[in-house]
Amino acid sequence: MAERRSPIAVAPLLLPATLLFIAVLAIPLIMTLMLSFYSWGQYTGIVEDFTVENWVEVFTDPYFGDVFLRTLRISVFATLLAALFGTPEAYILKRMDPRWRGIFLLVILGPLLMSVVARTLGWALLFGGNSGVANQLLMGIGLIDSPIPFMFTETGVVIALAHVMMPFMVLSVWASLQRLDPQVENAARSLGASQATVIRRVVLPQIMPGILSGSIIVFALSASAFATPAIIGGRRLKVASTLAYDEFLNTLDWPLGAAVAVLLLIAIVLIIVASNRLVERRYAEVFR
Amino acid sequence: MKRNGPIALIFHAFFVTFMVAPILVVCVVAFTSHGYLSLPTDGLSLRWFREIANYPEFVRAFWTSIYLGAVSSTVAVVLAVPAALAFSRYDFTGKGALAAFFLSPLMIPHVVLGIAFLRFFTQGGLSGTMAALIISHIILVFPFALRLTLSAATGMDRSIESAAISLGAGNLTLFRRVTLPLILPGVISGWALSFIQSFDEVTMTVFLAAPGTETLPVRMFLYVQDNIDPLVTSVSAVVILITMVALMILDRLYGLDAVLSGHSDRNS
Repeated sequence: MAERRSPIAVAPLLLPATLLFIAVLAIPLIMTLMLSFYSWGQYTGIVEDFTVENWVEVFTDPYFGDVFLRTLRISVFATLLAALFGTPEAYILKRMDPRWRGIFLLVILGPLLMSVVARTLGWALLFGGNSGVANQLLMGIGLIDSPIPFMFTETGVVIALAHVMMPFMVLSVWASLQRLDPQVENAARSLGASQATVIRRVVLPQIMPGILSGSIIVFALSASAFATPAIIGGRRLKVASTLAYDEFLNTLDWPLGAAVAVLLLIAIVLIIVASNRLVERRYAEVFR
Repeated sequence: MKRNGPIALIFHAFFVTFMVAPILVVCVVAFTSHGYLSLPTDGLSLRWFREIANYPEFVRAFWTSIYLGAVSSTVAVVLAVPAALAFSRYDFTGKGALAAFFLSPLMIPHVVLGIAFLRFFTQGGLSGTMAALIISHIILVFPFALRLTLSAATGMDRSIESAAISLGAGNLTLFRRVTLPLILPGVISGWALSFIQSFDEVTMTVFLAAPGTETLPVRMFLYVQDNIDPLVTSVSAVVILITMVALMILDRLYGLDAVLSGHSDRNS
């Protein structure tokens, strides 16, 4: 199929994009890494020397520890919510009449392409205060007795983030369900397995890679989410990305902000690579 | 095919409500006639849609976003087509690494991209300019343009090209009359997805946009940070409406699940 060519022979096709990516992606990222080792003063601004001060501060100041822990906590819970609800929904969609399925796929995946600001604004409106629609509804059906504070809390950020990320999870599980052979399910049923057993013993093991890779995507995107935690969390409930934003545009301590950003990048890349490897090793047979 | 049971359908209803509720509430509140956030109890009013006209910064930001999305997606697609052809046809040293490099903007948090570009363009004296926004958005949307053109180029029937060559078509004619038309659905979807990504991006752009070059999501974000009022809900409702129209076109053209997962199963 693919012919073997020397890198020079294919260069004319690939060079423009490669040069652009080196000039405007690799170089800025290296500059950001360097920036995190510069020092900064209230009156001196950025001084281009070499110091590990910013890194020491990020790792020792408990404030930064709190923010990174909160980022981790929020992302884990948002991922769990997405997996817990997105997986059954993908399975229900698969079993649905194709005409309805098309409509509901559009309804569920569509929000993915809608402005995050608009979607988060929707949650801010639903949450808004103790008399918000969400609380009235929950109290109306008797699920809770007193209003839950959603705005400016981690609970609110987790729910809004789970909503923003849900389409990724449904999409990922949906893709793995497409590879599922319906005959295996039918065979299990004909051998007397109940619907619950079929799901637990036949369907779930086969779509596990889809759930896990969906979780990795959702986790990575939640950990780097910005607009949703900024709007629902407010100015005080900081996560890593809103903290970096603050250092850059309010405090103007760019080197410290760069250290926070680089740490976030490294943490996310490590988590993605490690969990990808784990998933691929555990489910090697699926990827073959 | 077995049908879903009642419990599954109740779950489904709950799930769809959850997905639709925040979007619906924005669109409904936008029609309020009151001066404060409220559900339109006394009939629908277009008051807050008319009010948008009195805020030229929203209108200007809207056109900035359209322009930015169109220019950056077009450049990204123009760069992605030759790259996709090279990736789909040839094996060469460093292919995997180069592909990972091109797709890496998907993995890098947008806040990091924003910071890196801010530092880069400030050093280059371009910070806050439209040029800086366009260049950074090209990088941002390139992975989407590449993925969709690549799947079209991979799934394409090469024997038609061979036939054209044997009939004496030159390189340019071959590309213009045979190759490009064959991968066009992928190219158009790649452009459309890139445009939507650029049009919606807020996190990276908020670092780069200056008062004259604010995009619509950035303007909305900065506005919402200060106060939430019916005006910003009506602006959001307009954005949601535009996205919905684009979505339906994209779905008709190519299949939404195919576009979003980057495969072109429908055509192959």
